[in-house]
Amino acid sequence: MATQEIQVPDTAARSAALLENIAPSPPLPAGAHEELPDLQGEKMVLNMGPSHPATHGVLRIVLELDGEIITKATPDIGYLHRGDEKIAENMTYTQFIPYTDRLDYLAPLANNVAYALAVEKLLGIDRELPERCQYIRVICCELARISAHLLGLGSMAMDVGALTVFLFTFTERETIYNLIEALTGARFTTSYTRIGGVARDLPPGWVEQCRKFLGEVVINIDETEKLLTRNKIFVDRMRDIGVISREMAIDYGLTGPNLRGSGVDFDLRKAHPYLVYDQLTFEVPTGSVGDCYDRYLVRIEEMRQSVHLLRQCLDKLPGGPVNVPDGKTVLPSKYKVLTRMEELIHQFMLVTEGVNAPKGEIYFAAENPKGELGFYINSQGGGTPHRLKIRAPSFVNLSILPFLMPGHMISDTVAIFGSLDFVMGECDR
Amino acid sequence: MPTRELAQQLKTRFGDLISDPAEFRGEITVTLADANSIAEVCAHAKKEMGFDYLVDVSSVDNYGNDPRWTVVYHLYGYGHHCHLRLKTDVSEEVSELPTVTGVWRTADWHEREIYDMMGIRFRGHPDLRRILMWEGYPYFPLRKDFPLAGKPTVLPEIAFTFSAPLDGGPFVTIAGGKDSTAREPRVRVPESDDVELTARLERRQDIKDVHGHSHGPGTVKKK
Repeated sequence: MATQEIQVPDTAARSAALLENIAPSPPLPAGAHEELPDLQGEKMVLNMGPSHPATHGVLRIVLELDGEIITKATPDIGYLHRGDEKIAENMTYTQFIPYTDRLDYLAPLANNVAYALAVEKLLGIDRELPERCQYIRVICCELARISAHLLGLGSMAMDVGALTVFLFTFTERETIYNLIEALTGARFTTSYTRIGGVARDLPPGWVEQCRKFLGEVVINIDETEKLLTRNKIFVDRMRDIGVISREMAIDYGLTGPNLRGSGVDFDLRKAHPYLVYDQLTFEVPTGSVGDCYDRYLVRIEEMRQSVHLLRQCLDKLPGGPVNVPDGKTVLPSKYKVLTRMEELIHQFMLVTEGVNAPKGEIYFAAENPKGELGFYINSQGGGTPHRLKIRAPSFVNLSILPFLMPGHMISDTVAIFGSLDFVMGECDR
Repeated sequence: MPTRELAQQLKTRFGDLISDPAEFRGEITVTLADANSIAEVCAHAKKEMGFDYLVDVSSVDNYGNDPRWTVVYHLYGYGHHCHLRLKTDVSEEVSELPTVTGVWRTADWHEREIYDMMGIRFRGHPDLRRILMWEGYPYFPLRKDFPLAGKPTVLPEIAFTFSAPLDGGPFVTIAGGKDSTAREPRVRVPESDDVELTARLERRQDIKDVHGHSHGPGTVKKK
């Protein structure tokens, strides 16, 4: 059977032509409205959300429509605002770890790692972490990335009409949740990292379980691609929709797959390697047009790269301790606490006062599934931050909506939402 | 170090307005003396020095010190991969500085958030509205003098806040306590705890002041 190639014209020209169409048309000259009374229909305002299946959480967007074309879009966020930054100012650094689970709740492990690394940078111990701890953290980040992308792709495909994909990817996520449960004791709210290490070492047999999963997920990604990548209905819904040029992506501060989909070759794991990413090999996929289809392709390839990274980590995984050997940072073992004076004091101080951070300010960002998750910590010394600002990728990625949506059909909103892949828990904090 | 050189360039261009670059944990921070020239400095940093990506804008409340506010900009350049922190102080009386939305569009939502959470205004911002809290909310919750437990507010038929229904129970954290022992009394007989009781009564009184009664949202009367 002959297969038909999807015709792809020169991408740069296509991108430029599309952007020209999106650019706001010049204002009509005075009196033009009177000449064309029949063509100028009455605008309709449509409220979408906050509880809408395609908004993946509680995003409300007020659309102004001319027929089926969106002329103005005003996002309304904050429905999930819990005041995480205020809460952080009132507790010790370690106590805040469970709150990071609830930022991007599709990748809690990656948030845990990013937060722990930020506090460790403040303490000046981010280069002293044991190798095994760093490898385990990379494993956590990449598992979280696969899990988040599987959900992102599944729900995006479901929104544009391919329900099967959602069921496929969710089945695979179930296996990841089982792995995470074996590792952390919880499926969803993991709270796995500690300042200066991780809560516990890998359980026996976990590495083999993880290898088995990697073999299965590759097949699942292939099947997902078979269902979508050359599916005419899917491609028609995604191609040339929601085009973000390279310049606009940078100007609006987009990060993660959304930035790379627009052709910017930037990944914090490559540009500013943290943990052991500089010892591992992986590719950074980028798009060429910056439409929904490119963002979809970037995510698919990122999952394959994550599998590649995970395989390397499991092969290279060294032995040794998983926490920094410093009683003033990490809780000492229970045996030592009950038998030695110094460890008892350390334990008491860590639990009541928290780690003693120096005065100063740092910004640390990690490449999370949704983009650059950054923590700005302003410390006046002691165990509590004076100010902790969370730079949430979903918050920044959503700010492009008022620019991106006008000119699209109302049915394109779900494709655009799906391809931007945001999480409101992180956006609203 | 290239970031240090860039910071020096900025200092050469703007002279005394820019402080000497300070380094902590490998990050370079410069402080801008006059907040009114922030837009000009940022425009220069973007156009002449390649800082094309505004990572983040945040604000710090130095409660009890003067000037009260510090606004912090994190700049990054995709060309040179350098990260620079730019800070500027704003006094409480002024609480206003120019917007940088004309330089980077991403500043739009960041500045709205700062206005919403801290109450610092950005002169020339195209759409300075609340973003996370609802329109008409009377307080700025990230200020240090705003209690963690929140304050009761009411916006008839749109939004209201009451304290949590389990407020004061034995397993509920008392927000705003001075240390962890006061915040989280693990075993507590609610009514016998003087500190806790006073806090509860005060909160109940706050609700009464606003609503005229102290019970839950179910009994809010429509006006």
